[in-house]
Amino acid sequence: MSEDRKKLVEVKNVSLTFNAGKKNEVKAIDNVSFDIYEGEVFGLVGESGSGKTTVGRTILKLYDFDDGDITFAGQSLSNISGKDLKEFRKSAQMIFQDPQASLNGRMKIRDIVAEGLDIHKLTSSKEERDERVQHLLDLVGLNKDHLTRYPHEFSGGQRQRIGIARALAVKPKFIIADEPISALDVSIQAQVVNLMQKLQHEQGLTYLFIAHDLSMVKYISDRIGVMHWGKMLEIGTSDDVYNDPIHPYTKSLLSAIPEPDPDFEKNRIHVDYDPSMEQDGQERQMREITPGHFVLSTEEEAAIYRSERG
Amino acid sequence: MKRETILNVENLNVTFQTYAGEVKAIRDVNFTLEKGETLAIVGESGSGKSVTTRTLMGLNAKNANLSGRIQYKGKDLSQLSESEWVNIRGNEIAMIFQDPMTSLDPTMSIGMQIAEPIILHEKISKAEALERALDLMKKVGIPNAEEHIKDYPHQWSGGMRQRAVIAIALAANPEILIADEPTTALDVTIQAQILSLMKDIQQQTDSSIIFITHDLGVVAGMADRVAVMYAGKIVEVGTVEEVFYNPQHPYTWGLLNSMPTTETESGSLESIPGTPPDLLNPPVGDAFAARNTFALDIDFEEQPPMFQVSDSHFAATWLLDERAPEITPPAAILKRWEKWNSKKEKR
Repeated sequence: MSEDRKKLVEVKNVSLTFNAGKKNEVKAIDNVSFDIYEGEVFGLVGESGSGKTTVGRTILKLYDFDDGDITFAGQSLSNISGKDLKEFRKSAQMIFQDPQASLNGRMKIRDIVAEGLDIHKLTSSKEERDERVQHLLDLVGLNKDHLTRYPHEFSGGQRQRIGIARALAVKPKFIIADEPISALDVSIQAQVVNLMQKLQHEQGLTYLFIAHDLSMVKYISDRIGVMHWGKMLEIGTSDDVYNDPIHPYTKSLLSAIPEPDPDFEKNRIHVDYDPSMEQDGQERQMREITPGHFVLSTEEEAAIYRSERG
Repeated sequence: MKRETILNVENLNVTFQTYAGEVKAIRDVNFTLEKGETLAIVGESGSGKSVTTRTLMGLNAKNANLSGRIQYKGKDLSQLSESEWVNIRGNEIAMIFQDPMTSLDPTMSIGMQIAEPIILHEKISKAEALERALDLMKKVGIPNAEEHIKDYPHQWSGGMRQRAVIAIALAANPEILIADEPTTALDVTIQAQILSLMKDIQQQTDSSIIFITHDLGVVAGMADRVAVMYAGKIVEVGTVEEVFYNPQHPYTWGLLNSMPTTETESGSLESIPGTPPDLLNPPVGDAFAARNTFALDIDFEEQPPMFQVSDSHFAATWLLDERAPEITPPAAILKRWEKWNSKKEKR
């Protein structure tokens, strides 16, 4: 990771507690820090309840965080409001998990895709609006016959393409994709991932790719963060995290990925994880073990991790 | 080792009458299931894998028409009346459902839900049945089962609930377990636990499992044999090694290539173009032809028969016909073939 690359998103010591002070208090995000560089795909993995979706939503200001700060292109999001917030919402967009639930069933595709254009008043005439929508559908591999149809007339993969076109309409710099393929069939998943990769190269987009499908995250991401119980446990390039996982939780998670190879499966050794190490009361912070590869650890643990790696 | 065949499905066809017309959900499906084996049925939504299992459980909707034979212990299941099904369903053939949240009754204690099939099929007292339920809870790895037998589903996590669903399926000692995407709703680490639990149980009870999934990674670890379904037909069937290392049907190639492994390099993921066909009007020839980059002219005109590759391996693709031209499959498939050849030499 070269230092001269520009940081687009900086998440600094962010915490978020739901139902604070009540009996059902949940620390959804616990002192999480990471950066997303311009033009990269940052993958966020973790199991359900790990806080990965909450992190995505917090970056989009859908939740207000309690502590820490998030900056987007140098601007702090903690007190952003009014015009600045509207401008920010234009540069950061989201692709949702369930394309069925995230498209309004009573709107035509043309209006769904153009909704962002209308809100931000990005087109001045009906012709320009139509032209722009058509161009967007072209980009995602749909055609103009689809303009006047309703979401229910499409397959799951096509609906997800519509969701992508809608996100791209306002020319965002940054897209958060929260489990964008987990509701799709295997053969369609690859289509959508390839489309997302193509668009990223063409439009110079930055992605935060949130998923529990570890092999897909590895495939699409430049760098990966592993979350568990609201904490970020490990951050590194996707090769580092997959080939040399350091945190015991990451090791356990990786050892559970099924591979389409019977010989590999026969010899699989599943590593169990004992989460009690996270609750022993010791102060842990992200420490760099090898260049660009950070692990949540105490000073002693970090020393051991480093010595194991020469 | 040839084992006893316990289930034999012959020329099964299932159609549904709908307002839009007749949906041909299952078209001429043949397969067998042997005692103690795990047969995985792989396919996308709409391939007919779930209809197959529902047919085997006698759970199809009223608008379904069935033809063909389902031989089980000398009986043809396709001819059973509803009252005859009651003795088979849950007792001889049991099902593990996908979503443990919706397949458990939220208003009944878990212990009672496990005991219910035992009471129903064995006519024993409630106390005895609950005793058996407790054993089953221990067997599926629920910690401190005694304390939790009166719990309700909402008190449990997804993984624990799926264990309860498995315990219910096991309650009447079924010969055949049908698992319909049993781990799709679970996290990977929990999935690994449930899969190893299912393997252990199979070894103890020597039951046969039909495992329905779209996850080829899970198939590689669980199955003895694999059947790949597309548009209501089985397009390839073989041992797990044959299907993963010597795949013959272009659809199987596409499935294997569209799932990245942790070793797939960026930019090399191949997707299958297009979408599955509409089963209201299935295509004339090979249903996969329109999405198949290797399709021959004949694929659009005539349905390919099952070509035999080995004693246990069959694939329905015209590429296996002796008149078919030589083609080169995708690089990732060639790699699998190489592995197959080197394995063959070792043998």
